[in-house]
Amino acid sequence: MQKNMTEKADSSSWVRKKIFMGMTFREYLKSCVTLTNGIAALILIVSVPVMIYRLVYGLGPSTNLSDTNPWGIWIGIDVLSGIALAAGGLVIGTAYYLFGMKEYHHFVRPAILTSLLGYLFAVLGLLFDLGRYYRLPYPMVVSFGLSSIMFLIAWHFALYIMVLFVEWSPALWEWLNMRKARQWFSRMAVWATVFGVIIAGGHQSALGALFLIAPGKLHPLWYSELLPLYFLISAIIAGLSIVIFESALTRRIFTEKVEHFDSGRFDRLTISLGKASSAALFTYFFLKLLGLAHAHTWPLLSTPYGFWFLFEMLACVLLPAFLFAYGVRYRNAKVTRWTALLAITGIVLNRVNTSIIAFNWNAPERYYPLWSEVVITVGIITMAVIAFRWIVNRMAILHEHPDYESSH
Amino acid sequence: MGISRRNFLIRSAALAGAAVVGSITKVRAGQTPDSRGEGYGVLIDTTFCNGCRKCEWACNEWNKNPNQPIKAYENKSVFETYRRTHAHTFTVVNRFINPLNAEPVYVKKQCMHCQDPACVSACFVEAFTKTGRGAVIYNPDVCVGCRYCMIACPFDIPAYEYHEPVSPGVTKCTLCYDRIRRDGGLPACVEVCPTETLRFGPRKELIAVAHERIRNNLKKYVDYVYGEHEVGGTSWLYLSAVPFEEIGLRQDLGTRPIPDTGKGFMFMVKVLEIVAAWPLVFAAFHAIARLRKKNADTRVSADDKNAEEHDRKS
Repeated sequence: MQKNMTEKADSSSWVRKKIFMGMTFREYLKSCVTLTNGIAALILIVSVPVMIYRLVYGLGPSTNLSDTNPWGIWIGIDVLSGIALAAGGLVIGTAYYLFGMKEYHHFVRPAILTSLLGYLFAVLGLLFDLGRYYRLPYPMVVSFGLSSIMFLIAWHFALYIMVLFVEWSPALWEWLNMRKARQWFSRMAVWATVFGVIIAGGHQSALGALFLIAPGKLHPLWYSELLPLYFLISAIIAGLSIVIFESALTRRIFTEKVEHFDSGRFDRLTISLGKASSAALFTYFFLKLLGLAHAHTWPLLSTPYGFWFLFEMLACVLLPAFLFAYGVRYRNAKVTRWTALLAITGIVLNRVNTSIIAFNWNAPERYYPLWSEVVITVGIITMAVIAFRWIVNRMAILHEHPDYESSH
Repeated sequence: MGISRRNFLIRSAALAGAAVVGSITKVRAGQTPDSRGEGYGVLIDTTFCNGCRKCEWACNEWNKNPNQPIKAYENKSVFETYRRTHAHTFTVVNRFINPLNAEPVYVKKQCMHCQDPACVSACFVEAFTKTGRGAVIYNPDVCVGCRYCMIACPFDIPAYEYHEPVSPGVTKCTLCYDRIRRDGGLPACVEVCPTETLRFGPRKELIAVAHERIRNNLKKYVDYVYGEHEVGGTSWLYLSAVPFEEIGLRQDLGTRPIPDTGKGFMFMVKVLEIVAAWPLVFAAFHAIARLRKKNADTRVSADDKNAEEHDRKS
C-alpha cells in the first residue's frame, strides 16, 4: 500500500525529483536560503537591471568606452580571460580521450562543464559589448568577412560550443534518463574531442592574433609576432591551473557528491597537473624572452611600462613556474593549488594588459571601467557559478551516475 | 556500430572538408588588384592652410552632421585642444606650432583611405569596402558593432555612435564617395577650400605633383610625401614644411600594409588545422579501438551487448 503511494507521488512529480532534488517546493525554497545564495541574489538584483539598462540605453551611458578606447573589461576580462580559463576542457579532454590518461577520469566532466559554461557566458559578455547585439549570428549567416581573424574566432566559437555540448551531454542524457541519446553522444565524444583540439588551438591563438593588427598601438613589450603562440600556451597553462584550482574547490563545496574520495590519489594527480603547468610556464617564459630578443625591446624594460611588464613576467610567470616545480619536487599538493590561483591571476592580468593597459599606451586618454561595466561583469560571473552549481547538484558531474556504468 | 573502412573514409573526409571550408580565405583583404596604387585621392599641402575650418563646415553640411553657421567656424579657441574625429565629426583641423619660426601650422585630419585598409581586413562581416575610386566606404546594414575596426585603424579614425542606443554605427570620412563616384565630382571639403590646400585627383598624379612641388622648393618642404608609402600607401597625401612627427602624423607606422600582419597567422592556422587533423584522427581511432577492446573484455552492459548483437545480425 505504502509502496504504491510513493510510486504514484514519484511519477507525478518529475519536477520535484529532477528540479527540486527530491524536495517539495517549500522544502526546496527553504534549502535555498543560505548565505552564499543571499550574496548571489544580491548581485543579481543589482546587475540584472544594469544589464537591461545597457541593452536599452546603449553603450554611451553605461560604459567608459570611447573612440580612443573602444574595448574595455567586457572584452579584456569576460571574453579574453574567460576563454583562456575555459581551456580546461580542452586540456583534460585531450589528455583523457586522446592520450588515454584514464587516471584523470574524475576531472573530465567538471572540466568540460566549466569550459562549456565559460564559453557560453563569454558569449553573453560579448553580447553586452556588441553595439548591435541582436546581430550576433551575422558573421555566420549574413555576411562573411573571410580575411578577418575575428571571423575565424566567431566560427570557431560556435563550433567549439557544439563540441563542448557533445562532450558534456552524456551527463544531461543520464539526468533525463535517455539511454539511446547518451550512448550515441558518448560515442561521438572522441570525435568531438578530435575536432575540438583542432579548432580550440586555432581560436585560442587567434585571440592573441587579434592584436597583430595593431602594431602601432599595443606597447612593443606586449606586441610580438609570437602573440598567437603566447595566447595558446598561456591558455594551456590557464586550463591546467583552473582544473587544479576548481577541482580542489568543488571537492570542498560539494563534499557529499564526491564519493569514494581518495585524497592521496587526488593529491598525486593535482601534483602531476602542476608538473605540466610548470613545464608550460617555463616554455612560455623563455618564449617571451625570445620575443624581447627578437624585437630588440630590452631597453624598454627600464621604463614604467617595462616595470609593469617585469612584474607580469616575474611574479605571474616565473614565480608560479618555480612554485609548481617546488610542489612537484616536495610532493606538496597544497602549494600546487595556491600556485594555480597565482597562475590564473597572471593570465587574467596578461589579457587585461594586452587588451586594455598596454593598448593605446601612447594615447593621452586612459580607460578605466565605469561602475556599471564592473557590475555587469560580476553579474555574468555570478550567473556562471550559479549555473555550474545548479547542474552539479542535479547531474552526474562529480560522481558516477548509479544507473549507468562508466562510459570510460 | 563497427568502424568499417567506409565509415573511416566518410568521417575522415568530413573532418578534412571542415578544415578546408574554414581555409577559404581571400588572398587580398577586400580589394581588387586594380585599386592598388590607383584610384583617386586628395593632396593636402599644409603650407597653404590658414585654419579657416570651412572644410569642417562643408563636411558636416554634406554628411548631414550637426552643424553651425559658417561664421561660427572662425572661432579660433577650438585649436587650444587637440581634437580627433568623433561620431558626427568626420574631419577636424588641428593647430601645431612650427618649432622653427613659431608660426601656426594647420593640419586637417580625416580618414586616410588606405590603399590596403586595416578596417577592411579587420571586419568580420565585410562592412568596409575599398572602392575602385579610392574611397573606403562603410555599410551599416551588416555591422555588428564589435569595434574591431577601431582597434585596427593605425590612424585612429573610425568613431562610434556610443549614444545611439539600439542601432549604433561606425562613422568616418567617406571621401564623399556619393559625390566622386560621378566623374568630375569633388569631395565637399575640397570644393569649399579657399586656399588650394586641398587638391583632388588620381592618386598617381597627386604623388607626381607633390614631388614636383618639393623639387621646385626644396627650402620650403620636408622632402617626403606623407601617405605615399605609409602602411602601404593612403589616398590622402600630405606635404609639410615641418617634420611630420611634429604635426601629429606618425612616422613609425612603417610601409607594410596593416592587413599583412595577420595573413601569416591566418595561413598557418589553416595549415596546422589540416596537418594536425591526421595524427588526431588516428589517435581517436586508437582510443576507440582501446575502448572497444575493453568493452569486449568486460561486457559490462546488457544494453551494449544487445546493440552489438543487433549490429552483427544486420
